[in-house]
Amino acid sequence: MEVLKVAQARKSFGSIQALDGASLELRQGEMLALLGPNGAGKTTLVRAIAGRARLDGGTIELFGKALDVSGGAANGRAELGVVPQDIALYPLLTARENLEVWGRLHGVGPRELAPRVDRALEWTALADRAKEPVKRFSGGMKRRLNIACGILHEPKVVLLDEPTVGVDPQSRERIYDMLAGLRDRGVSLLLTTHQLEEAEARCQRIVVIDHGRVIAGGTLNELVEQTVGASRRVTLVLDRVPASPLPGFEAAAEGTTLVTQVRDVATELPPLLATVRGAGCKVLDVEVRSPSLHAVFIHLTGRDLRE
Amino acid sequence: MIRTLLRIAITSLRRDRVVQAMTFLLPVIFFSIFAMIFGSQGGDVTSRVNIAVVDEDHSQGSERLIGALKKEPGLRIRTRTRRPGEPPDTARALVSRMHALELVKGGVVPVAIVIPQGFGAGFGSFSDSVPKVELLSDRADPVAPHVVSGLLQKTAMAGAPDLMAKQGIGLFEKYGGPLTPEQRRAMDSWDTYLRDSAGTSSGAGGDAGGGGGMSQGMVPTRIVDVLGEQKSSWLIALTAAGIAVMFLLFSASGAGGTLLDEVETGTLERLLTSHAGMGTILMGKWLFIVLMGVFQITVMFVWGMLVFKLDLLNHLPGFFIITFFTAAAAAGFGLVLATLCKTRQQLGGISTILILTQSAVGGSMFPRFAMSEQLRAIGRYTTFNANALDGYEKVFWREAPLIQLWPQVLVLAILTIVFLTIARLLARRWETV
Repeated sequence: MEVLKVAQARKSFGSIQALDGASLELRQGEMLALLGPNGAGKTTLVRAIAGRARLDGGTIELFGKALDVSGGAANGRAELGVVPQDIALYPLLTARENLEVWGRLHGVGPRELAPRVDRALEWTALADRAKEPVKRFSGGMKRRLNIACGILHEPKVVLLDEPTVGVDPQSRERIYDMLAGLRDRGVSLLLTTHQLEEAEARCQRIVVIDHGRVIAGGTLNELVEQTVGASRRVTLVLDRVPASPLPGFEAAAEGTTLVTQVRDVATELPPLLATVRGAGCKVLDVEVRSPSLHAVFIHLTGRDLRE
Repeated sequence: MIRTLLRIAITSLRRDRVVQAMTFLLPVIFFSIFAMIFGSQGGDVTSRVNIAVVDEDHSQGSERLIGALKKEPGLRIRTRTRRPGEPPDTARALVSRMHALELVKGGVVPVAIVIPQGFGAGFGSFSDSVPKVELLSDRADPVAPHVVSGLLQKTAMAGAPDLMAKQGIGLFEKYGGPLTPEQRRAMDSWDTYLRDSAGTSSGAGGDAGGGGGMSQGMVPTRIVDVLGEQKSSWLIALTAAGIAVMFLLFSASGAGGTLLDEVETGTLERLLTSHAGMGTILMGKWLFIVLMGVFQITVMFVWGMLVFKLDLLNHLPGFFIITFFTAAAAAGFGLVLATLCKTRQQLGGISTILILTQSAVGGSMFPRFAMSEQLRAIGRYTTFNANALDGYEKVFWREAPLIQLWPQVLVLAILTIVFLTIARLLARRWETV
């Protein structure tokens, strides 16, 4: 079931067309990655959904109800949580105080505030630091708190703009575990990121946006099929250089490493290994790699720098 | 190496308008303001002192003296006036002693001259029994009574020399015997000459007769402090108010600057995705700055009370009324600056220039009674400080009833509304784009 639907979103800033007919759908309980190079329109799209950018055209629906796209953040967006890219916290307030003020500002009543704040502190693993001013926190702790402040009103759809930027791998893991926990509770998440490996590993679907348009979308396998194809890259490391070039292989520089592409590993790999053995060589190592999201991304958006 | 470092510094200065203004414009503005203040004291253009004159004598001498005072370029004389509340078509009545007191107490004029009954009869006799001319004065302007006293001596000398001569000859005849007929004729011819030349002479004794409560000089005078000589803390109150208002503006602009911090850290963006709209956010900031301002000024006055014996407790209602409206307007001013500027650095520069200029013209740095009338008017109509300080002066010095604070309260309230409206309009740039 679609909980959020953006159709033909258009937005320009002067002569710059930030969104040029972008469309996407977010389904119930999924984590959707919105990828794109710098300036592709990701943040503008997230801001438009959050009501912070006025669209020139197009529609946005939340749970089937059209949102006001002419601005006015709170209108019809009670079920929406927004986690900005900036660490939008008050540094002199403690973790608990930040949660309390952002909870109140998002309409959490005074009675339900305290238990929710306690849960949020547990969820972010900050319960033992609840009374410390946020300015003393590490980047990862601030990021976790930043997310918690955006979901304290228990929204059903959460927009996250680069939630793991600038944090160490341990904090990233923790943040994605937190997001997975939300998804398990039925919350739908749309996140923008430049961390392709994480998007590949953690998100159910991926949407790639460039020049204000969605240029590809689907699961990783679907994207691979649509772009670079499903062939696996097979790399063999031999004990010595074959006497003559082996058919179907490309030799790497040192000659003991051979590379080839296969579509069906189970049926195509055994004959390849037999060919090597027939040439009198011994296989020391085999590596089979699926096409990565990185390859898909570069295939879709090119190698040119975007500034 | 030094050349390269110099290049970095010069290029940065060339591209930083705020630093340029602080470096080159602010000193020029300050120089101009202080030149206007001090230049009008000793320059060619002497500021005129507004005074009221009460004639209780109605003698030839008193009328001649008033006539001469009217010709004095250093004074602006008021002999008739209309009482407050009287319709404009009502004929102006002669100023009475009571009314002169009201004019001085109300701060309309800094000095009123009261020419007492019997003045004309004893004019120029140098006798201690001659009734003294009273200078009803407001100590909020300590300079004016002495200036007026000096000018009075000068005017008496230059304006009625014939009467002075007559009195002198009278004294001579009293103690030295009558004049001979020849001497009498010569005196009569001199009398005509002196009468004709009255007011044309530059006079002598222009600086005569200084000092409080003096009786020396051609015209014996007595300075009467109409607002009570027992008050010793008025200057402390005015100083506290002047400094407090200036620093209130600095704190208000600093607190308003938290809005720019919120833009920079992203909390404003987040606030705008919450239930709080821009209007609510601005009102929240405004209310905080108002409360902080009231507290700040209160701390200043309490300190004045504890250390400098400022009489705060007897003026609490008026103090809180003026303090609240002053803080309200200052908070609005701070928000206008914050919404006008793009960065904290810009805000720091612009607010320093505006606040110091306002404070100099508005009386926070230099007493307004020492300024020319023109500069005082500029202060009243262009600065926030002048109106706030006028309010404090009414409370602590004039001890005016609360109702009489309405002009200052009205101006500060209007300024608050205007500032908040401007801030709201300027803040639209942060709303949905």
